[in-house]
Amino acid sequence: MTIKVQIHHHWDGFSLNAAFESPRGITAIFGRSGSGKTSIINAISGIFTPDHAKISIDQTDLVNTQAGINIPIHNRGVGYIFQHARLFPHLSVMNNLRYSAKYGRRKSHRFDPTEIIDLLGIEHILDRRPAALSGGEQQRVAIARALLSDPKILLMDEPLSALDAQRKAEILPFLERIRDNIRIPILYVSHSMSEVARLANHIVILDAGKVVASGDARQILADPALVPYLGVRSAGSSILTTLKAHDDDGLTRLATSSGNLYLPTIRGTVGQQVRVRILAQDVTIALTRPSDISALNILPCVVGDIHMGEGPGAIVSLRSGDDVFLARITRRSVQHLGLAIGKKCHAVIKSVSVSPTEIG
Amino acid sequence: MELGAAEWSAVFLSLKVATWATVLSLPLAIWVAYALARKRFWGHSFLNAVVHLPLVLPPVVTGYVLLILFGRTGAVGKALESVFGIVIAFQWTGAVLAAAIMAFPLMVRAIRLAIEAVDPKLEQAALTLGVRPSLVFATITLPLILPGILAGMVLSFAKAIGEFGATITFVSNIPGRTQTIPSAIYSALQTPGQERAAMILVLISAAIAISALLVSEGLSRRIGQRIAGQ
Repeated sequence: MTIKVQIHHHWDGFSLNAAFESPRGITAIFGRSGSGKTSIINAISGIFTPDHAKISIDQTDLVNTQAGINIPIHNRGVGYIFQHARLFPHLSVMNNLRYSAKYGRRKSHRFDPTEIIDLLGIEHILDRRPAALSGGEQQRVAIARALLSDPKILLMDEPLSALDAQRKAEILPFLERIRDNIRIPILYVSHSMSEVARLANHIVILDAGKVVASGDARQILADPALVPYLGVRSAGSSILTTLKAHDDDGLTRLATSSGNLYLPTIRGTVGQQVRVRILAQDVTIALTRPSDISALNILPCVVGDIHMGEGPGAIVSLRSGDDVFLARITRRSVQHLGLAIGKKCHAVIKSVSVSPTEIG
Repeated sequence: MELGAAEWSAVFLSLKVATWATVLSLPLAIWVAYALARKRFWGHSFLNAVVHLPLVLPPVVTGYVLLILFGRTGAVGKALESVFGIVIAFQWTGAVLAAAIMAFPLMVRAIRLAIEAVDPKLEQAALTLGVRPSLVFATITLPLILPGILAGMVLSFAKAIGEFGATITFVSNIPGRTQTIPSAIYSALQTPGQERAAMILVLISAAIAISALLVSEGLSRRIGQRIAGQ
């Protein structure tokens, strides 16, 4: 299932010109606030009709302004998880979940309600009213409600931004479960790099109403040239590892394509795949393998690309086996070390930099 | 009680007129309130002004306009009589029309405020769940504005019970036929020796108004609690 999006819209002082395709899995639409992210998914849902647009799911047009097609919101088959849960206050959780099946047009029931209720862990609150739920519970109910309307795709507009850190951590695993267990394309709007890095298979970067880059999440996150759009502090690559062993001293050994990483104990079974994220600011570069150093994680690598920033900083991408790390260093260091594309070096990764919440 | 048959019939007629005026104008009031609260269309301010006109015009003027339009020689009245054989001038049905028009702005106002308090984002969410707009209105908007509708109905009922100027101008003050409580009080005050009857009618109308308020307060509270889920 592919979603194709082409939107042109002009407001006073701002115009949105976006075109991208979204394949299966989670496509994150990432950008600063005011970059036009929400307008895009509002256009997909039908809440907003742009001046010119052609949006289709597979071969079916949802809107095609040239051909005069504009399917009303309730006939689009597009589920929407809003920033705030928007549960119906006069209905119990159960009746919120049943709402679409009872009054909606779509009756195919691709999803089994008990399975969805179980997937989101809300069986114990079915009799309650929305007002009696925590923010995290409300958002989980909203997700279940959207899934039970049997949508072809799911839109999420910063679904975690109204929640505190604890609630965010509570919901993220459910989003991962949906990504991994339910075959439904999800468009996920966010300005949080850590959420995007953890969830997305595909990333669209939006800046001032234009698509700057669109592609596979790991490639986008490992591209030094895109760091200015991702934010220097939150830039970092995401790599897939295999859990090898839980050592006696509380460290977990993860195998990458070119060596081992040691992390404070993480949950998981031996042999399981683990996605980890390594921030550029937590990686330093050494030309020879340092021996007298407290850092445990040192991987041999080759300089892939160097992106000089406008200030004193530079972002270097490092290829290590099949994986790519980003390192944020100074321009002076780039010169001092004589870094150039293809040069061999070592990436020194502070093991504390990979926090358990970013493993999934 | 020292009320004669004419006075009692005024009490029952007032209740009947106010009930019909409230019930019949309710669907139109909800529709107009929804349009004013949620839709942007050409003539929005004009519709708003027309709805509020009876509130600011002298009631006698409204009654006179009704007489011109709906009297037996009026444009609408003539058509109604020749097509349907219906005459409403100087009938209790005319009193219903006069009361409904005078109470309409109050009812629309209360319902409009309630609709404006409902977050349109909830309706939007319901649409994204695949529910068509008319059903979204019936299942989300309507239950949430029920307290406002109730308040509007009580206001309308109380206004209809008390309506005097437009009613007496349009349907006159015929005992047993078009004489409502206010007209009966007025007549009693014009007749020497009827002060007591007037006082009793005043007390009855006060009792009706207060009990309507109490009933609506109680119902609103219960509906409000049900909506908030407590």
